Amino acid sequence: MLLQIAWKNIWRNKVRSIVILSAIALGIFAGMFNMAFYYGMVEQRIETAIKTEASHIQIHNKEYLTDPDIRLYMSNGSEMTGCIKKLPYVKEASKRTIVNAMIASAETGSGVRIVGIDPDIEKKVTDIHQRLVTGEYLEGIRRNPIVIGEKLAEKLNVKVRSKVVITLQNVNGEMMYVSFRVAGIFKTSNTVYDESTVFVKNDDISGLLALTNDDIHEIAVLLKSNEGIDQTLADIRNKYPDRDVKTWAEILPEVGLVEESMNLSMFIFMGIILFALLFGIINTMLMAVLERRKELGMLMAVGMNKLRVFTMIMFETIMLSLSGGIVGILIGVGFTLLFSNRGIDLSTWGKAYEYMGYDTIVYPILNLDMSFQVVIMVIITGFLASLYPARKALKLNPAEAIRIDI
Amino acid sequence: MKVIDIKNVEKIYNDSEVKVHAVNGVSLTFEEGEFTAIVGPSGSGKTTLLNMLGGLDNPTSGEIIIGETNISKLKGSRLIDFRLHNIGFVFQAYNLIPVLTAKENTEFVMHMQGIKKSEREKRVKELLSSVGLGDRIDSRPAKLSGGQQQRVAVARALASKPKFILADEPTANLDSKSTANLLDIMEKLNKEENITFIFSTHDQRVVKKAHRVITLEDGKILSDEVKS
Ligand SMILES: Nc1ncnc2c1ncn2[C@@H]1O[C@H](COP(=O)(O)OP(=O)(O)OP(=O)(O)O)[C@@H](O)[C@H]1O
Ligand SMILES: [Mg+2]
Repeated sequence: MLLQIAWKNIWRNKVRSIVILSAIALGIFAGMFNMAFYYGMVEQRIETAIKTEASHIQIHNKEYLTDPDIRLYMSNGSEMTGCIKKLPYVKEASKRTIVNAMIASAETGSGVRIVGIDPDIEKKVTDIHQRLVTGEYLEGIRRNPIVIGEKLAEKLNVKVRSKVVITLQNVNGEMMYVSFRVAGIFKTSNTVYDESTVFVKNDDISGLLALTNDDIHEIAVLLKSNEGIDQTLADIRNKYPDRDVKTWAEILPEVGLVEESMNLSMFIFMGIILFALLFGIINTMLMAVLERRKELGMLMAVGMNKLRVFTMIMFETIMLSLSGGIVGILIGVGFTLLFSNRGIDLSTWGKAYEYMGYDTIVYPILNLDMSFQVVIMVIITGFLASLYPARKALKLNPAEAIRIDI
Repeated sequence: MKVIDIKNVEKIYNDSEVKVHAVNGVSLTFEEGEFTAIVGPSGSGKTTLLNMLGGLDNPTSGEIIIGETNISKLKGSRLIDFRLHNIGFVFQAYNLIPVLTAKENTEFVMHMQGIKKSEREKRVKELLSSVGLGDRIDSRPAKLSGGQQQRVAVARALASKPKFILADEPTANLDSKSTANLLDIMEKLNKEENITFIFSTHDQRVVKKAHRVITLEDGKILSDEVKS
């Protein structure tokens, strides 16, 4: 019955309630949509991180990541990939030979990371082959094909079929100069990656480095789904305890960190919005209590105890806040769904995002967990907002409140 | 049977610069089934006395005993609870919760007493019929006349089965027809169900209906007459 009275009380002063309700709805909507936007952005970044850059899991020689020396190779590449492919969650495992080198065109040069791959297997692990702007994925060129990023192509001023010269030092310390021909040019959403990463065939590079086909620097593992990551990580670590087995979040800590910190920053953001709304709600409820002084005095006179008075006002505040919150969430969900197919184009301001590997079109994602958390936060805000007005009500002296002032 | 016994009750307001001796040494007893009016000029202490009888205000000195309980010693929620179970109130105005219907307003007190829904429903209907509002149970206060609202207040006061009902100028805002009507209902409840009423008033027509008239002046009892 207290709930029912509290709910009806909200609608006594419709205008005032609707004003504060709209403010809450607007604030929550802004927070929700903002959350969906960043969540979408981060999810896309993670997807890029997994599909294009890091895959789910990578395996290296123990010291390789701190010091990417070509001599820190693993000499049982085929045996390892064969074994890993048999694990339940694994979709594909690609072995790579990696070397830092200089690439030069007729005009200029640049430092790059050469990744030697088997294109047919690599296609199943990363999606670079789908991100070609022109040319083909290490095909269409008979000898020494190379695939480079668009950014690097611009810098070197080369096109498909242009010749580039690679300078590198092999495992014996000998300097090698080899010419490659551009087979294809790719573009990801990460310009730094595009400028610094090139792909060649494993067979072409191993020979140059004086390594065998089995001597590899990296194995990239793609899983069937994100869920299997912990299990697979444990399995591989178990099987190869002397190897360095890492997840994408460890390989790309800046991306992993964004995911981890997102929840916290969303909480803070939502917290600030709700904190601002708190004062509006307190004010509204204080007015409601003060104009109802006589009625509250009467209720206390006829036997409504303090707990009931407090509960009634608390219910009223929470329901007021929650109504606004739910309206805000619904509008937020509506907008999120509207834009989740269409995307929000940031290309006007997108240069900086692109540099950091973020897509310029963001598809907001609805996160039900977060909506639920927002509901909880709104309820807490309502509760906090009710404390001061309820205290005011409890301090009323029924005999004085009822006295008719003319 | 004695329902109220007050001894040497004094109330001094000294929150302003001048001390006000609102009630000055009053001793009274009220028996079950009384129909008593408290009269006196404005400022004579009627409201102050009724508030103390109802446990809304503490006397500065003296004792107020209701049934077996010395309520001057009760504090906080114990006092509120005592009021809920023992005393019915009818005020001059602001008696009802405007967002609730006549039925819900009456039911609310019983709800607070923890009475079962089925029993509440039955009793509410009886009570509202007995104050002549059997056909208006689902009306909100705003849809009722002043007299009808006061009748709902009487039904609400009765709902908790109190030992007595205190009414401070219950007819002050009513026209003469509604006043007569309310008084008739109160008288009927008094006669048929032995409900104890203690009310203050300025209205001579109301005073005439009372069986006992206590006249106050400057916080003291000027006269206490029982009509035969
Ligand atoms: N809270 C208060 N603080 C100070 N003085 C008060 C207070 N309440 C009442 N008084 C004073 O106490 C005296 C008695 O007041 P009370 O309201 O009991 O009179 P009353 O007989 O009910 O008058 P009326 O017929 O006008 O209602 C008055 O002089 C009044 O000014
Ligand atoms: Mg008075």
